[in-house]
Amino acid sequence: MADSLPLVRLYPLGDAAVVLELGQAIAPATHQLIQAFRKVLAQRPLPGLREVVPAFTTLTVYYDPWVLSQASEALPYEQVASYLQRLLPAAQAAATAYVPGPLVEIPVCYGGDFGPDLGLVASHAQLSPEEVIARHAQAEYLVYMVGFAPGFPYLGGLDAGLATPRRAQPRPLVPAGAVGIAGAQTGIYSLPTPGGWQLIGRTPLRLFDPGRAQPSLLQAGDRLRFVSISEVEFQRLAHVH
Amino acid sequence: MSISVLKPGLLTTVQDEGRLGYQHTGLVVSGALDALALRTANLLVGNPPGAAGLEITLQGPTLRFEADALLALTGANLVASLNGQAVPLGRPVAVRAGAVLAFGRPKASGRAWLAVAGGVAVPVVLGSRATYLRAGLGGLAGRALQAGDELPVGEWSTIGRRLFESLRPEAPASGAPARWYAPASPLASPGAPLVVRALPGPEYAQFAPESQRAFWEENFSVTTEADRMGCRLSGPPLARATATELLSSAVTFGTVQVPAGGQPIVLLADRQTTGGYPRLAQVISADLGKLAQALPGTRLRFQLATLAEAQALYLAQERRLRALARAVHLKSLL
Repeated sequence: MADSLPLVRLYPLGDAAVVLELGQAIAPATHQLIQAFRKVLAQRPLPGLREVVPAFTTLTVYYDPWVLSQASEALPYEQVASYLQRLLPAAQAAATAYVPGPLVEIPVCYGGDFGPDLGLVASHAQLSPEEVIARHAQAEYLVYMVGFAPGFPYLGGLDAGLATPRRAQPRPLVPAGAVGIAGAQTGIYSLPTPGGWQLIGRTPLRLFDPGRAQPSLLQAGDRLRFVSISEVEFQRLAHVH
Repeated sequence: MSISVLKPGLLTTVQDEGRLGYQHTGLVVSGALDALALRTANLLVGNPPGAAGLEITLQGPTLRFEADALLALTGANLVASLNGQAVPLGRPVAVRAGAVLAFGRPKASGRAWLAVAGGVAVPVVLGSRATYLRAGLGGLAGRALQAGDELPVGEWSTIGRRLFESLRPEAPASGAPARWYAPASPLASPGAPLVVRALPGPEYAQFAPESQRAFWEENFSVTTEADRMGCRLSGPPLARATATELLSSAVTFGTVQVPAGGQPIVLLADRQTTGGYPRLAQVISADLGKLAQALPGTRLRFQLATLAEAQALYLAQERRLRALARAVHLKSLL
């Protein structure tokens, strides 16, 4: 455990949250340790913990200082920080037995009106549009975190050959379900928002639906694969969802 | 039991303590910009502190109570009147069916919170009644109030019913305020900048010493782009001394982030759950309510606090709130 200690930092995010930093860069191993920590924390909760938010290298733990103050005289932050510190060995052990998350298939209709920037991405990559689609749909992606907007997944695993800079002028409105590329990242817009990603396709699935018990289609830790579908299939699925 | 919206006001939304427990799905928390003010108003009408009420911005709505009601207003003085009679802040007011609550032209800018006994009983969406305008979620049809809306009111508590009976106005369509009140937190004195206490944020040390100094010593003013998501400030440009790429991580209510332009944004109730801008500072919980009154044009200054001070102030605030709940309970027994 001693050799891994320097990697871990704990610091406050204000007076009601602790940030646990478990790595320095986007990496599957760091992600696995964060997921393992979430699991251990869920199994051994501390009264007063409100919620946890995983990100690329951090797990932010929100707490209620009042509840903690009822249990001990110690500063609420110190109570949470030392509790998390004590859970670290168990989390590290759990990370070695990491089980990959479920594989979620995302149907995408590439190109045409749904992917107006497919041609641009293809010429930037010096590939045909068909090759871009094949490479984008071939890779298995990892959902590192969900944030920025409700249900928006941050994905790792884009084929480096498909990396394309953002548009110089963001679009004033990108529809929900739009699949895009920005630099070395690919992602799916979960709500209609302004956006500067290069749009290569669209999924008929709803990434965020408040009517579902689990409103976000994707969770941190899920694996993801894009499946190329026709426009007819898109319309059929759009009616179902 | 319901309340008719005759005029909606500038921006009136249903809010509660927010949609907690879904931040890992990217779901925005929302809720009252001054949670303490809404909780106080709720306690004054015998509600649980987390009941839904109305958040009122600058120009308030005109509301007709279709049944007897018990209301309390907290926050800024937005010149409320009930059938032409001034409504005092921070105390329960018993209202007979047919009375009309209206708001005048406020002398100063600000926001206020209205609680009614029983709470505003719009449907619960993902654990909360709070309105999140950008996603059209929660509240009344996911939007701000409109003329012609009917606001449902929930079941009153025993405390609420007793308080109403003890104040019960004789004349129909009239109101009667209690003689006692909850002390309000002092608002900024006119002319002076609003002082907001903050802790250094996770990326504070990455900022240039000159930027660190300017942040604590200079005044900032709230721009016209300020909304429920963030309080955008203008002031001396702030810059990091390093150009290292930051990875997205959690942000929260009161996080002061600094985008590339160097002008800070203080994130508020409708903030996103994660962000990639450097987090220069974090406003302490006890001062978050002050930001709710920082409408465009407000001058603002940050004051350095320690984590121990911030947590002690938060606990003191919670103790005062619990003392208020006990006091209201006792008043209802008299």
